[in-house]
Amino acid sequence: MGLKQNLHNFKVKNQDKKWIPAFNALFTFLYTPNETTHGGTHIKAADDLKRTMNTVIIALIPCLIFGIFNAGYQHYLALGEIEASNGFLGSTFWTLDNLIIGAWTVLPLVAVSYGVGLAVEFVFAVIKGHEVEEGYLVTGMLVPLIVPIDIPLWMLSVAVIFGVVIGKEVFGGTGMNILNPALTIRAFLFFAYPTWMSGDKVWVHGAVERAGTPDAISGETLLGAYAQNTELAGIGYWDMFWGLIPGSVGETSKFLIIIGALFLIFTKIGSWRIMLSTVIGALVMGLIFEYGVVGTGLIDESSKFYGLMSVPFWQHLIIGSILFGAVYMATDPVTASQTNKGKWIYGFLIGFISIMIRVFNPAYPEGVFLAILLMNVFAPTIDHYVVQGNVKRRLKRLKVKAA
Amino acid sequence: MGLLSKKDAKLISDPLADNNPITIQVLGICSALAITAQLKPSIVMAISVIFVMGVGNVVISLMRNVIPSKIRIIVQLIVVATLVIIVDQVLKAFAYTLSKELSVFIGLIITNCIIMGRFEAFALGNGPWRSFLDGIGNALGYGVILIIVGFFRELLGSGTLFGFKVLGDSVEKTGLYALGYENNGFMVLPPMALIVVGLIIWVQRSRNKALIED
Repeated sequence: MGLKQNLHNFKVKNQDKKWIPAFNALFTFLYTPNETTHGGTHIKAADDLKRTMNTVIIALIPCLIFGIFNAGYQHYLALGEIEASNGFLGSTFWTLDNLIIGAWTVLPLVAVSYGVGLAVEFVFAVIKGHEVEEGYLVTGMLVPLIVPIDIPLWMLSVAVIFGVVIGKEVFGGTGMNILNPALTIRAFLFFAYPTWMSGDKVWVHGAVERAGTPDAISGETLLGAYAQNTELAGIGYWDMFWGLIPGSVGETSKFLIIIGALFLIFTKIGSWRIMLSTVIGALVMGLIFEYGVVGTGLIDESSKFYGLMSVPFWQHLIIGSILFGAVYMATDPVTASQTNKGKWIYGFLIGFISIMIRVFNPAYPEGVFLAILLMNVFAPTIDHYVVQGNVKRRLKRLKVKAA
Repeated sequence: MGLLSKKDAKLISDPLADNNPITIQVLGICSALAITAQLKPSIVMAISVIFVMGVGNVVISLMRNVIPSKIRIIVQLIVVATLVIIVDQVLKAFAYTLSKELSVFIGLIITNCIIMGRFEAFALGNGPWRSFLDGIGNALGYGVILIIVGFFRELLGSGTLFGFKVLGDSVEKTGLYALGYENNGFMVLPPMALIVVGLIIWVQRSRNKALIED
C-alpha cells in the first residue's frame, strides 16, 4: 500500500499518545483517512468543513495576488518611480518589480498568520486531546488581507495569539465562537497599536521609515483623506473599483471581491442574503447622509463631518472595506445569524452601522470591522426573536383553526 | 498556627484562594476594571478596602444583636459610608494627586458588593474577632487580584511599574523600545481588565478542577 498505509499503521500504533492530534491534522490534510463512520448515521456529502474552508480560500486567492501587486505598485507610485496605472490592466501594475516588493512584504504576513495561528491550534488540540480543527485555515488567510502592509510581524503574532485564544479557544474552539476570530485579531491590533493601524503612513510600504526625512512619502487612504475634508488627487472612481488605491492588503479591489462573492454564492458557501442586505444597509445610510443631511442643508462645509457625509451614497461601497467585510467577514456561518429572516436583519444593520461609524467617528476611519463584531454579538438574539415570532404566528393559526 | 486556630486561619486563607471574592464569587468587578490601569491606585484601593472591611465587619458584628432586621441594610450602609468618608478624607489630606486619580471610585467602595455581601453573610451571624478575620481575608483576596491585574496592565500598557520606566523609555527609544517594542494601548482600556480577570479565573480553575461548575 505504500506511504499512506504506513502512515495509517503509525497512527494506529500511537493512538494513545498525547501528540497524536497534531499528527492526525497533517495526515488528514494530505490524505483521506482509512476510517469509516462508526455510528448509524450515514449522510453522504462532499462539502465537509475542510471543503467549505478551502472554497473560501480559493475565493480569497485573487484578492491576495492583487494585494501583493498593489503593495508594490503603491510603493513605487508613492516614490514617483512609475506612472499611475491606466485601469486594471495598466502597463505599470502587473510588473515583476511590483511582484517582488509585494511578495517580500505580504508573504511574511501570511506566513506569520498561519504559523502562529496553527501553532496555537495544535497546542490546544494536544492539551485538550481533540483533533485539530480546520477553522483557522480561513482566518489565517483573512488576517494578512485586513492589516496594513507595514505592520510589524511581532505585533501580528501577539494579535493572532490573542484572537485565537480569546476569540475562539476559550469558547470551545471552531464552531463555538461568538466573535469572528479574524476581526477579533484586527480589533486587538487596532486598540493595542493604533499608530500602526490608522493614520497616513502605514498603508504604503516604506512610508513609516521615511517619515520625517526628505524622502517622506504619503500613505494616506481615501477614507483618511475624506475624514479630514480633503481629497486625494488623481484617484478616479474606476481606480477605486479596480482597487488601485492604498488600503489594507487585500480589501482594495472591489472588482475581485465581487468575483469572489459570485463564486461563493455559486458554490452556496456564502449567504447571498447577508451580502445583499449589507450592501442595502450601507446604501440606505449613505442616502440618509447625502440627501437627508447634506442635501437639506443641515450641515455645511464647515462641519467636520462634511467630507464623508457629502460623498455620493453609492461611492461608500467602493471606498473603504465595506464590500470585503460583507462578502468574507459578515457571511462567516458560525458568527452570523442562522435564520433567513435573521440574515436580512443582521446584514442590513452591519451595512447601516458601518457607514454610521465611518462618518461620525473620525477616530475610527473604518467602521466595518466594529459593526460586524457588534452584530456578531447580536446575531443569536436576532435568531431568537425570529424563531419566537414564527412560533407565535403558528400558534395563532392553530387557535383560529381550533375555534 | 499558634496565633489563630485552624478554623480561624481558614477565614483568611479561603478568600485568598478557592473562595476568592472576585474570581470565584465574581463580586466587586466594577472597581477591579476601573482603577487597575496603574499599580499604585490598585494598591491604594486594596488598602482602603482592607480598612473598610476589617473595621466595618467588626462594627456590624458588635451591633448584630441590636439591629432590627427590617432596617439592617440602611444600618450597614451608614457604617460603610462613614468608613469610606474617613478613607476619602485621609487620602485627600495626605495623597491628593492619588485621590484625584481614584476620583469617584473611593466613594463607590460603598456600593462594592463584596462589603455588603460579607456584612450580610458573615458579620450578622458571627462574633467580632471572627468577623474581623473574615473581613480582612476577603479584602485581601480582593486586593490580591487588583494588584495582579494592575501589575500586568501597567507593565504591558504603559511599560512602567509604580511610574518607573522598567522597560526603557518609549519616547527616547531605549531598552526594549530600541528593538521595536511598543506599549499595548489595549491594556490601558477597561475591557482588557475584564480579559485579564478572565485569564486569572481560567488559570485558577484549570489548577483546581473542583471549582469548575457545570
